Amino acid sequence: MTELLKVTGLSTHIGSEKKPLKPVDNVSFCIEKGKTFALLGESGCGKSLTALSLLRLNPQPVSRVVAGAVELAGEDLLALSESDMEHIRGRRIAMIFQEPQSSLNPVLTVGQQIGESLQWHFKMRGKALHNRIINLLSSVGIPDPHQRFKDYPHQLSGGMKQRIMIAIALAGEPELLIADEPTTALDVTIQAQILDLLKEIQRETQMAILLISHDLAVVAQMADDVAVMYAGQIVEIAPREQFFKQVKHPYSKKLFESLPTAQKRQHRLTVIKGNVPALDKVFNGCRFVERCEFALPHCSTVVPGWHKDDEQSVRCHLLEPGQNSIVKVNSQKLMASLFKEISVTEKPVLILDKLRVHFPIRKGLFQRIVGHVKAVDDVSLVLRPSETLALVGESGCGKTTVGKAILQLVPITDGSVKYKEIVLNELSAKQLKLGRKGLQIVFQDPYSSMNPRMTISQVIEEAMISGMDSNNAVMRAEKVNSLMERVGLDAKQKHRYPHEFSGGQRQRICIARALAAEPNVIICDEPTSALDVSVQAQILNLLRELQKELKLTYLFITHNIAVVDYLAHSVAVMYLGRIVEQGLREEVLQSPQHPYTQALLGAVPQLDNNKSKQVIRLEGELPSPATPPKGCHFHQRCPKVMPQCLENYPEQTQITDSHQVRCFLY
Amino acid sequence: MPSLPFIPVFLWTDILIYLLLGVVTYSVLYIRNHAHLKAPWKLVIKRKRGVISIMVLMCYVFVGLLDSVHFRLTIDDQQKSEQQHYETQVTSVLDLAIMPLREQVEKTYSAPFATRSFSREMQKDVSSELSYVYPKLHYGGAHLESEKEKLQDILSTIIISSIKALITWLLLSALLINYLAKRYQNSWFKQYKDILIGSARYPFRTVLLMLGIILLTVFNVAALSVDYHVLGTDKVGQDVLYQSLKSIRTGLVIGTLTTLVMLPLAISMGIAAGYFRGWIDDVIQYVYTTLNSIPGVLLIAAAVLMLQVYMNNHPENFVTITERADMRLLFLCIILGVTSWTGLCRILRGETLKLRESEYVLASRALGASSLSILHRHILPNLMHIVMISVVLDFSGLVLAEAVLSYVGVGVDPSMISWGNMINSARLEMARDPVVWWSLTAAFFFMFLLVLAANLFADVVRDAFDPKGHKQND
Repeated sequence: MTELLKVTGLSTHIGSEKKPLKPVDNVSFCIEKGKTFALLGESGCGKSLTALSLLRLNPQPVSRVVAGAVELAGEDLLALSESDMEHIRGRRIAMIFQEPQSSLNPVLTVGQQIGESLQWHFKMRGKALHNRIINLLSSVGIPDPHQRFKDYPHQLSGGMKQRIMIAIALAGEPELLIADEPTTALDVTIQAQILDLLKEIQRETQMAILLISHDLAVVAQMADDVAVMYAGQIVEIAPREQFFKQVKHPYSKKLFESLPTAQKRQHRLTVIKGNVPALDKVFNGCRFVERCEFALPHCSTVVPGWHKDDEQSVRCHLLEPGQNSIVKVNSQKLMASLFKEISVTEKPVLILDKLRVHFPIRKGLFQRIVGHVKAVDDVSLVLRPSETLALVGESGCGKTTVGKAILQLVPITDGSVKYKEIVLNELSAKQLKLGRKGLQIVFQDPYSSMNPRMTISQVIEEAMISGMDSNNAVMRAEKVNSLMERVGLDAKQKHRYPHEFSGGQRQRICIARALAAEPNVIICDEPTSALDVSVQAQILNLLRELQKELKLTYLFITHNIAVVDYLAHSVAVMYLGRIVEQGLREEVLQSPQHPYTQALLGAVPQLDNNKSKQVIRLEGELPSPATPPKGCHFHQRCPKVMPQCLENYPEQTQITDSHQVRCFLY
Repeated sequence: MPSLPFIPVFLWTDILIYLLLGVVTYSVLYIRNHAHLKAPWKLVIKRKRGVISIMVLMCYVFVGLLDSVHFRLTIDDQQKSEQQHYETQVTSVLDLAIMPLREQVEKTYSAPFATRSFSREMQKDVSSELSYVYPKLHYGGAHLESEKEKLQDILSTIIISSIKALITWLLLSALLINYLAKRYQNSWFKQYKDILIGSARYPFRTVLLMLGIILLTVFNVAALSVDYHVLGTDKVGQDVLYQSLKSIRTGLVIGTLTTLVMLPLAISMGIAAGYFRGWIDDVIQYVYTTLNSIPGVLLIAAAVLMLQVYMNNHPENFVTITERADMRLLFLCIILGVTSWTGLCRILRGETLKLRESEYVLASRALGASSLSILHRHILPNLMHIVMISVVLDFSGLVLAEAVLSYVGVGVDPSMISWGNMINSARLEMARDPVVWWSLTAAFFFMFLLVLAANLFADVVRDAFDPKGHKQND
């Protein structure tokens, strides 16, 4: 095997010389030619900075590479001059980023942006340049490259933009591609397309890939070798098969255990206690010691060395000869704390009947309405008490709008929202205040869903003041305390401001705020998608506890199928404003009927990709809800399309009592 | 009835200044109790530039405030009549404090530190012979035995007052260090060392240096101005230093009161347009686009001229000249405010548009909060940093605008001392030969110092309040 990139003892520091943050601390690994090396870790553990440091693109002047060597085929990149580096970047090592939206220049056409690299590295001009660009565009699977050549980034969808980014990276015919969370911002169906594309390109060009990801499943699909990073250090390196067969470091183990799956439905998810340690201190022992359940006495005083077992290296004292505690690690697999399945009563608490939300598109001087974006088009749902209904779909399919429409936060065009026999959309603004008290919402981004200028107690109290149910300040304060303790926060912290809390803690506060209004139904709009896996596990546990205790009903809006499998009782799949399939969880997830559901589930990357089932790969992307296709909305992408699909929208078909689907196949 | 030796006069601008002072004091107290509001201000005073500009601005504000306490003194009536009579002239505390400057009026121009007048005059000397000479000044250097001693006299005054300044500085520094040592529970010596090597939490070294510079300047100028005209005299023999000091209040009033007029308009309109959308948004947008397309100077000129006509026709409404001039100043502020709110309004509208869609506003609506409480609890507090930045940035622009408008002739009343009026009169002075340069230079220097300090301050404030800049600092 030929080593392409060899990194030894790389350290990058941020901040003052005296007390620097050390997000990358003595990191060593090597990447072989034509292989994929995955850096796995939660946010803030230094993955991205490691990648940037390789190219010497780490933010200047706040950070600096203080030690180590980066050898690309024997040449030390850290010793090169800046002008020599310009011939490495993009030519021999290329990079693609997480957010394709912000990594393309909006004022240049796609062709110009790809051409830039070709002009610089290969001095290509004229016809040759043009042909090469077209060539690249078609090699990343962009249909109609001659047309797209002249397009601006805003004319392309997210998946297309990421393809363009890959085309730009490929333009230099690099030996190594650094992919920094290349699919995190994309939907699962698009993610599957992009991952396939990367694999295919790798097969053709023998390019090595450094994949940075927090997603175990993506890594399982893509990587040849896996390295787990924690608090600025690599704690475990192993080939993929070995890694997924048996992880050895307690941290990696915990990561696996905190993933929600259907098998763990009865259990509480494992959580990692505490937080990632501050990176500015000097570590005397293992960095994970404070959060490790198996910590030995000398873990906090002696820095663990590497322990090699086959090809798997682990930085942990537990693997020292004489410590047979690895057995212990295995026996304590799941912390058994059973959840009782909640029995769902029949009488519905919330009914959506043929709900439509259309946003007018206005144009011209007099703002005439020229069309409608049909964000939600004929959606009917029934929520029963203590039930969790998961609303699943790709971004842009209108699932968030459904949530907002239930709370009357967006005007409803047609249909009705009935909560406990009251039709909410017929109430006056004043009546609505009381009418929707039982409905609350928890948003996706815990950072933007709290006013940064209010203390936590003010945030939580807001519900009580606007509800005007308790004007007594003492009572309110007591309620805030009990709510904070209920969601697992120290009530003493209530006079702090939101920015002093971590993402998971903030999401707890948001839940406490929703609970303050004493709701029956909580709409959870992707409450965990901005969080790391271990934190996600905490929030999911909390939601389940609360459901059991307070008999809450959840409408869980998400795109994460694993979470649905763990949490939901029933599932509704949405496509372009309409529900294409709904039913109980087992029915929809185990035996999906609609081709879209099948494709969506097939696109979800699996941890064990040994049983490689034949999955349908969806072509293309979600059409615009302003001009939905005639007939079945899905027919353009459907592998089983029939002539009648182009003409009419299918009626609802009952598969079983609880399972409905809208497709002409049935 | 024992009557006061003066009656207080409350000019309109005085009242507004007191009001503003009250608002500022209240905000300072309010901010002190709120950690998230205090944090950016801490950043401001941690920067050297920040403390320097604050100290300079404080000096200006101090002079301006002294000049804003007005009264009319009694006329010493020999006849002891029943009724008290008061001077028609309105005096301020500043006038009293620098009485010599105000009263030592020469006949006409004289250069800085001059002992003789700038222009020649026919004079009879002792032997009643007519001669065409530069006459001696009444006050400038009048205490000197011979004019040759001038340099020596100036030097000795400087040395004495510098020593005084130094002693005062040492005393103040010792007090400060003592206070800090107590506050942070350090030993006196350690606190002294911290400050000296600049490792204290705030840039106290800079504060002390700046304090030294200010004390030196004030002591020297004060001592020298007793016997000399430090910055010369103007056409009617009035001391230019006196004029420059009096101009400070005019400049500050224009810079601050205008924002007082502008802010309610800009904030209410901007938030209303951004939050309520629909026809309210349309109306407000039309108003400010229309207002923006009228040249501001034209609007100001028209309004000021109209006011002037009114004042000429109704002299009975104004007891003193000062009141009249003050009315015009206030009106100028209002007009400037009315023409300059559009920029801030536009920014606030855009920001509100963004904020109203933010998740915490949605969450608050879901909790059943009313529009008014959302505006008050969520939107307004999150706009205040923009308001803060733009107020500080606008300040220096307005001070300069006053100078330009007065130069054009539509600014403050000609009887009111202002930098603009000083520059206006310099038009003729610059045409003389030799040039009368000191009036213009003094006005320029005082204005420059104020505007520079304000700009530096604005810079630091923007750095501290801008959420984008903030992240870099973290």
